[in-house]
Amino acid sequence: MASNYTDRQFQGTYLFDGQMAKKGYGLNKMCYSFNEQVARDEFNADPEAYCEKFKLTEAQKEAIRNRDVIGLLREGGSIYYLAKFTGLLKLNMQDIGGLQTGMSTDEFKAMLEKNGRGEV
Amino acid sequence: MANIIGAVTTSHIPAIANAMANGLEETPYWKPFFDGYPPVRDWLNEKKPDVIILFYNDHGLEFFIDKKPTFAMGVADEYYNADEGWGIPTIPPVTGESDLSWHIANSIVDEGFDMTICQEMKVDHGLTVPLNLMWPGHKYGHVKVIPVCINCEQYPMPQPKRTFELGKAIGRAVASYEEDLNVVVFGTGGMSHQLDGERAGIINRTFDIDCLDKLVSDPEALTKYTNLDLVEQGGSQAVELNMLIAMRGTLLGKVTELHRNYHAPISNTGSGLMLLEHEMPK
Repeated sequence: MASNYTDRQFQGTYLFDGQMAKKGYGLNKMCYSFNEQVARDEFNADPEAYCEKFKLTEAQKEAIRNRDVIGLLREGGSIYYLAKFTGLLKLNMQDIGGLQTGMSTDEFKAMLEKNGRGEV
Repeated sequence: MANIIGAVTTSHIPAIANAMANGLEETPYWKPFFDGYPPVRDWLNEKKPDVIILFYNDHGLEFFIDKKPTFAMGVADEYYNADEGWGIPTIPPVTGESDLSWHIANSIVDEGFDMTICQEMKVDHGLTVPLNLMWPGHKYGHVKVIPVCINCEQYPMPQPKRTFELGKAIGRAVASYEEDLNVVVFGTGGMSHQLDGERAGIINRTFDIDCLDKLVSDPEALTKYTNLDLVEQGGSQAVELNMLIAMRGTLLGKVTELHRNYHAPISNTGSGLMLLEHEMPK
């Protein structure tokens, strides 16, 4: 499709291009709103109503409910905005890394240490 | 005239802000990272730059994808940090340099770099973490900062060859400014890392070190990479290397590496700290 940025694929990687930005607009807009404490409070009080306010699709709502980061990426989430959602859940980048790769946080950290030492 | 007297590359990840806020610098995890910084701090305290031109990327504080500038720069006298949503402490305002900023904007837009020019611009960890690393305890208020923000989030985004040229144009603009000011350029972010997807967790130590070497002695080699080449080698957020490449574009002649500390991992990334000098115009 011409509106894709590229046909180059990287396994396990979700390039955030125009198609994704369009698909994920409401989802990312909701996550961007989490910069404000009042928005975080409103979400926590009633997540479903807050998702509705930003017109999330059913698939996006489902992924929010399940804290399914890969699902959110597939539905157009940008990792920079999704980080604000996962931050609201008190998850850090290693927790999110574990969730996406099917590892525990400690296993994911061990992989980072190994990669950092160049043992790959 | 204004002179670029040197340049610095540094990580800007938010975990550094948390480590500093919680006094973790001497813990085994963080010590090898923070131990790299005193020589750079000493150099800055000795040279006392008037202005820092700081290349960074906004991670969704000032800019949303409703309007996403490819290049944006601040022209204000002051910039504010704000709540980014996930708990790093908000830090005091950053001092700007409006006159030189407008001079740079006038010069580079005329050269063909169509910047978004910002009189108000909230600055996120991409800018504040490096400042606090160089002047811990938020003691950066005396130095004037010109934020230059490059889109590294949404494709299409500027390619390395373009960000290198942006750096060159900014270097020329500084050299044509009449007031005597000492300027240091910060390229922040990178290096290899990937936050999203099943491929999350990539760190490519060999690639990072090769990039640092090339930033010193062969920057043109880096401009031959496309952003997707960077993704392939270093993960999806390795495109932040564009900020380091832009920094390098501002330097002239033979570049001397005064200090380097590569350490990995910190959080999910490789961290490349370098202090560089160049052949200043006579």
